[in-house]
Amino acid sequence: MEAPDLAAVWLTLKLATVVTVLLLLVGTPIAWWLARTRSRLKGVVGAVVALPLVLPPTVLGFYLLVTMGPNGPIGQLTQAIGLGLLPFTFPGLVIASTFYSLPFVVQPIQNAFEAIGERPLEVAATLRASPWDAFWSVAVPLARPGFLSGAILGFAHTVGEFGIVLMIGGNIPGRTRVVSVQIYDHVEALEYTQAHWLAGGMVLFSFVVLLALYTFNPARRKAA
Amino acid sequence: MSGEIRARFRVDRGEFTLDVDLALPGRGVSALFGHSGSGKTTCLRALAGLERAAAGYVAVGDEVWQDESRGLFVPPHRRALGVVFQEASLFPHLSVRGNMEFGQKRASTATNGFRLPAIAELLGIAHLLDRAPSQLSGGERQRVAIARALLAAPRILLMDEPLAALDLKRKLEILPYLERLHRELAIPVIYVSHAPDEVARLADHLVLLDAGRVVASGPLKEVLGRIDLPAAFADDAGVVIEAKVAAHEADDLTRLEFPGGAIFVSRRGEPPGTPLRCRIHARDVSLALVPQVHTSILNCVDATVVDLAPTDTPGHVLVRLDVGGDPLLARITRRSADKLAIRPGLALRAQIKAVALLA
Repeated sequence: MEAPDLAAVWLTLKLATVVTVLLLLVGTPIAWWLARTRSRLKGVVGAVVALPLVLPPTVLGFYLLVTMGPNGPIGQLTQAIGLGLLPFTFPGLVIASTFYSLPFVVQPIQNAFEAIGERPLEVAATLRASPWDAFWSVAVPLARPGFLSGAILGFAHTVGEFGIVLMIGGNIPGRTRVVSVQIYDHVEALEYTQAHWLAGGMVLFSFVVLLALYTFNPARRKAA
Repeated sequence: MSGEIRARFRVDRGEFTLDVDLALPGRGVSALFGHSGSGKTTCLRALAGLERAAAGYVAVGDEVWQDESRGLFVPPHRRALGVVFQEASLFPHLSVRGNMEFGQKRASTATNGFRLPAIAELLGIAHLLDRAPSQLSGGERQRVAIARALLAAPRILLMDEPLAALDLKRKLEILPYLERLHRELAIPVIYVSHAPDEVARLADHLVLLDAGRVVASGPLKEVLGRIDLPAAFADDAGVVIEAKVAAHEADDLTRLEFPGGAIFVSRRGEPPGTPLRCRIHARDVSLALVPQVHTSILNCVDATVVDLAPTDTPGHVLVRLDVGGDPLLARITRRSADKLAIRPGLALRAQIKAVALLA
């Protein structure tokens, strides 16, 4: 593999790692709220979170480009606080990817929280655990399989995205050129050998990830 | 340390309304007894603070946990109570020891002096501490749940049908432990149940709930000795008598004595002097004006009629008797009552056809 390919692989892994961490931080409270709320807004929020599942990445990318652009609200904000503009930068890519992969993380965690039910949390409360304490000492450990699935899916999905990267990140070597874009470039330039290496690598990676997901994710232990 | 429990709740959920005012003793086992839908579990959940009654007041001794008249509501994790649910609900990600330490670690003031080894010993789970909850039997799980609740240093222990999910064998396995707790615990226990035998066996104080209201509340013997209870409870009418094993006789019978006389039951294993609770159903008691000689009924005691009342079974009456200071109920036909001229003050013989021993 040549240097540009390695740079693309490195950038992809960096992006997926940062995005996964961010997704867990953002997705967990959303999943908790969706799993526990009786608010009428639950349907609306759930639908918004799930939108990236059905929208073409170009649509999401287009709107993010506009909002983060010089005339968009986020763009004006980032300019005002001295961050400059986010499109065509690594942070911009991180933000776009986070939106795009959100449902892949929120939904498994939400399902895991819902599967716990009310009782273990009530028991925790009668054993002097505050809601915050019970969240960390009971809900999170019991939802571990959901967190594992969410993290793996979020990581893998970020590695595999293409359209939104192209819309927001463009194709800047070392900054926004990830593996999927690099493959596209190779193919356009008729460099099939290099494309094969990267594409085959992606297939292998995806297979290993899914294998791990199906093999190591234990069936949820029976509630005692 | 523990004081009287006062609780008032009003819950209105359309089809179901709960309106209760409870004053329960600060010691011993108080049973909330009623059929499903009577509101007993809602009462327990409201006591624990797991549900907030719009109009509610809860105080244990001098600690007020809820007083909606001044907007006070102490959340469950700040109430010094223990709850044992119908299903043991052990945390599957923790070992038995981890489960037991969960509340112990969080109870800021361990005032009741329970120690893990002692509690484990008391409940017979000392050999299970390193197991996972999934490796336990139903009865063992429930005992761990009780131990876990006690180690959180509660001022009261609430039990919501703790035996209902167990089969008969497991029930019989766990009941002796509950009786042991009953003898050794200094804190009051509120025990929700719809099983008359459990209540008769464990309770000291009995609250009867029907359709969200308290029908009767008082010491167990007193409430069971009432003849004016609604139909829902009349079928199971019967009293509990505290007897002592007096002697084991040669023909495989054991003589039990209580202030009102002696009764004979099949040979028991307990040594003489052991207290035993027995339950005598009203339907198993018949009356005779003169001592019967030519009868197979062995257990006859002298009794005095206190009063009588009609029952919901057509043609039958419920007679309340005084037997050496204990109440005894007899359900007989109105025709017999008329023929024998049963009236308050009449001295007669009560024949007991069956005695259920509760231990």
